[in-house]
Amino acid sequence: MVNIKINDVPISVEEGTTILEACREAKMIVPTLCYLKDINEIGACRVCVVEIKGIERLVTSCNNTVKEGMEIYTNSPKVRDARRINIKLILSQHNCFCPTCVRSGNCQLQKVANDLEFGSGTFKQHITEEKWPMDFPLIRDESKCIKCMRCIQICDKVQSLKVWDIAKTGSRTTVNVSLGRNIKEADCALCGQCITHCPVAALSGRDDKRPVFSQNGMLNTRRKTTVVQVAPAVRTAWAEAFKLSRKFASPERLAGALRLMGFDYVFDTTYAADLTIMEEGSEFLERLKHKEDYQWPMFTSCCPGWVRFLKSQYPDMVDCLSTAKSPQQMQGAIIKNYFADKIHEDPENIFSVSIMPCIAKKAECALPTMDSTGTGPDVDVVLNTREFVDYMKSLNIDVYGLPEDRFDSPCGEGTGAAVIFGTTGGVMEAALRSCYYLATGQNPDPDAFHGVRGMDGWKEAAIDINGTEVKVAVVSGLGNARKLIEAVRRGEVFYHFVEVMACPGGCVGGGGQPIHEGKEMAEIRSKNLYFLDSQNERRFSHENPEVLKTYEEYLEKPLSRMSHKLLHTDHHGWDMPLAPKLKKR
Amino acid sequence: MSRLEVRKKSKAQLVVDNLYEDLERRIIASPPGLCPVDMTASFLKLFHAQTCGKCVPCRIGLGVLEDMLEDVLDGKATLETLSLIERTAKAIYDSADCAIGYEAGRMVLKGLEGFREDFIEHITNGHCSCHLEQPVPCVALCPAGVDVPGYISLIADERYADAVKLIRKDNPFVTSCALVCEHPCETKCRRNFVDDAVNIRGLKRYAADHCGLVPPPECCEPTGKTVAIIGGGPSGLSAAYYLQQMGHQCTVFEQRKELGGMLYYGIPNYRLPKERLAEDVQNILATGVETKMNTCIGDGDGEISFKMLKENYDAVYISIGAHTDKKLGIPGEDAKGVISAIQMLRDIGDGNPPDFTGKNVIVVGGGNVAMDATRSAIRLGAKNVSVMYRRRKADMTALMDEIEAAIAEGAEILELHAPQAIETNKKGYVTAMVADPKIIGLITGGRPSPANSGREPIHIPCDIVIVAIGQDIVSEPFERAGIPAKRGRFLAQKDSSIAEKDGVFSGGDCVTGPATVIRAIAAGKVAAANIDNYLGFNHKIESGVVVPEPRIENKTPCGRVTMMERNTTERKKDFNIVENGMTCKEANQEAHRCLRCDRFGYGVFKGGRVEEW
Repeated sequence: MVNIKINDVPISVEEGTTILEACREAKMIVPTLCYLKDINEIGACRVCVVEIKGIERLVTSCNNTVKEGMEIYTNSPKVRDARRINIKLILSQHNCFCPTCVRSGNCQLQKVANDLEFGSGTFKQHITEEKWPMDFPLIRDESKCIKCMRCIQICDKVQSLKVWDIAKTGSRTTVNVSLGRNIKEADCALCGQCITHCPVAALSGRDDKRPVFSQNGMLNTRRKTTVVQVAPAVRTAWAEAFKLSRKFASPERLAGALRLMGFDYVFDTTYAADLTIMEEGSEFLERLKHKEDYQWPMFTSCCPGWVRFLKSQYPDMVDCLSTAKSPQQMQGAIIKNYFADKIHEDPENIFSVSIMPCIAKKAECALPTMDSTGTGPDVDVVLNTREFVDYMKSLNIDVYGLPEDRFDSPCGEGTGAAVIFGTTGGVMEAALRSCYYLATGQNPDPDAFHGVRGMDGWKEAAIDINGTEVKVAVVSGLGNARKLIEAVRRGEVFYHFVEVMACPGGCVGGGGQPIHEGKEMAEIRSKNLYFLDSQNERRFSHENPEVLKTYEEYLEKPLSRMSHKLLHTDHHGWDMPLAPKLKKR
Repeated sequence: MSRLEVRKKSKAQLVVDNLYEDLERRIIASPPGLCPVDMTASFLKLFHAQTCGKCVPCRIGLGVLEDMLEDVLDGKATLETLSLIERTAKAIYDSADCAIGYEAGRMVLKGLEGFREDFIEHITNGHCSCHLEQPVPCVALCPAGVDVPGYISLIADERYADAVKLIRKDNPFVTSCALVCEHPCETKCRRNFVDDAVNIRGLKRYAADHCGLVPPPECCEPTGKTVAIIGGGPSGLSAAYYLQQMGHQCTVFEQRKELGGMLYYGIPNYRLPKERLAEDVQNILATGVETKMNTCIGDGDGEISFKMLKENYDAVYISIGAHTDKKLGIPGEDAKGVISAIQMLRDIGDGNPPDFTGKNVIVVGGGNVAMDATRSAIRLGAKNVSVMYRRRKADMTALMDEIEAAIAEGAEILELHAPQAIETNKKGYVTAMVADPKIIGLITGGRPSPANSGREPIHIPCDIVIVAIGQDIVSEPFERAGIPAKRGRFLAQKDSSIAEKDGVFSGGDCVTGPATVIRAIAAGKVAAANIDNYLGFNHKIESGVVVPEPRIENKTPCGRVTMMERNTTERKKDFNIVENGMTCKEANQEAHRCLRCDRFGYGVFKGGRVEEW
């Protein structure tokens, strides 16, 4: 232990503790801006500076550790002056038109500035602009970038993609797509982690609300039948902005909100998640039967960020991907085919929206391979959880008065197995529950495969299915995915089945989810999904009555011709920019 | 009002003069990788402030140039702007009245010529290609990329063995470099911004002197691959050290009796004692490297053919150095008493030193080898030793410390004299050197050239002439074996491989021409990495040493500790080491001067530490 004094109050902290952490332990708050624990501790903003007795110049608290006898002052006039000036300097280069900014009220710069008791006077503003392709799902606004470097670090250290880098030099130093590329030519997976870790609104998802909600939007003109689906991970995050309890913010209340917004039909993507298990599970058992015909392992394909990653980084392993579409796209295809038949509507007269925790889904729905009817995309518009929340707010609804409602049927019901699709390990667990049944004819204990739960970046398990040992692994975060693939390629590990989710913790930590400065929300949201699973009366995808009915009435059976037409895809059917090192060769 | 007054500087002027000094140091230590266009724009701002304001081109033109450069930097310029910048700068150069103006114009023109592509990159792509690849100046400038802030912080913690381990990750010749490295690492040390560069070499010496025996790391599992290394100098032995650690069996073929190359046969004992060199060599051999001494590779009698090596080893590294002398090409050069510096130093190394007792010696040349020959001749009993050089002392390529030491030991510097002929007696012995006096003339290619003085040649009686005007490479046997070379230098690629010669690599002096020890070591390191990949592996070299977190301390300006030397009257009588190491107190103080650029500034963000390669 190290004995120090913070603002004259003695405290003992563990050796190696940073000054910032020590101050937090002592409840002496030090503001931070660029700091991101373990990922960006570079002292770039110089806001977390503190004074240390005997040291002439100020010291950044985020990346210096405490030493025995250190006397720290977190709020001395010298510290406060330096912080104020530094914040004013940042503001002089930041587009401060806050009222219309998507991050207003949830902006770390705004918060730190607000808390600093400024007085009057600012520096002359110099705002820079950069062109950006506004039709890309990921948007960068140079005028708001404060060069904290978090995006660079997240992409390098967590996702291993290095899409961002320092651009320009000297006083013009800024951040941009690495290697001078246009973002559309870059191997960006569209995980959106740079967005959720941006302290301001320099990075954001493309706003797709207009075609849905505006005066000329489909909900208002009612030119088409409007349907909406909502992904598992959304139910555990949407209410955070309204500070609702997890119990109050039930999936049924989410359905109620969507109904209130005016959608004709409100579906739950858990239906398609169960369908995915039926298809992907059957595909896996099929591959196991004909081992030598396939490249191993089989990878899950439900995460479009991961699919983009694999296509760009390891194009020679694309055939390892399950051919099953993601639940969003299965739901989309079912809506414009099976459901359209049910309601006697032409597919071109259906406007299909999905609410997703994910930026990559915005790209996925527009892929040329995702038009099963030949009349346009199966999913017309993807909105992120944040867009849904923003629109909710704009409606000025008293959320406490929101009624609970049921999702529409068919295509609206999902099992507990489908709910956990939103978290790392969930797809694997759901698949194992049903694979076990499909292979043995018996249900396992629904909690038998709990070994694949938890926030570890790389988990593995071996499961006995009918006397065959099946080796599975679960990774989340693309850096972990890369480690696993490299180990597989070096022959150090072997797996039959690997679940990959691009975002750390899975969709619950998705790039389209609500943003909380300095907090990783995946774990707490994930727990909620497991709770919902445990409360569900059905916990096996193969017991979803709506799914079974769909097979009976329309698809016949998993992997049937119709299933292949609607629920499977050709991952080679579209191009993804290659990783720079692959391009060179 | 007095008729005349004694001029006195105002306080403001004194402070500004002081700031100029600060600025000079700041410019010296300017980090590598800055945008040259941006720097030019900044220079223009300074030039413009220097204008007296009388003439148009300078008073107005420099400001206009600055504006246009800012436009280039802001991405608002076109190629037409570039042309206008050029025409304006030319007009300023052509028409300004004094050097403040026309030299400013010339500097802009020089930039337009030297880095035009950067201007164009800004105009067409909105940014330049510059990038801070390695933000730690000392590491960036060390050819081998040694982790300087890392080992200095270990020295500050008195962890000398760990410091040596960390250095060996990139450079196995720790002791040798501690004594003789030209320390390019110090040239842009950021401590210059505060006061003066850290004495990095001196600190390394302190670690090497106090580390005790530090065994090399364990080698990887043997791969079954074999590598032949031709030449046991710093480059060859460095390659062998790393390749052996990677599990490849290396055999070093050395034509002489001892390993070390120029470190053994070129650098005199008083700078690098043989037993200190042996510390490095022993450590390298302790990894299991095999040696074949007194073995020549070539097509002569008793020599091993290159073809045979190529057939019997999985890869070959040619690192034969530059071990033959250049000739003066003047009459009388073959007289008795005319010797090459290389030959003389080699004889001393082999234990057969010539006896110069009572002789008058002239050393021709101005490089480090000339100084080594001079100081050795003094130690061999010469009555007088003069260094003859056709340019000025200030133009000599030898390190200033070496020149000063030679002078202190009694050498005379005969600058601005070009050797014209060597006179002999009937028996063919040297009697005198005829030298042509020169004046210093125009600057061409960055160096002032010697020009005709119009004076008569002079006659300098002497007994011995030592020629130290450069070294050549004995490349012919290898050229005959198909290794491509240009003017005697092997044509190796950036990764040290030889194009179209599968499995053959080359590096060190035989590729670059005579250069520094650390460059040869770096070439060996590069070759080791690429040979490992060529052999189908990707072994990593790391030190396992964890570098201490920086201390939070005031960086109060403090003088640089310099190395003390034995007094001249004593030291010139023997070949024992001249330089004394730092004291413990000095080393501690000096180590604390390091600003830890690996952790402060850009280093904490990117590229501060390369832990493995």
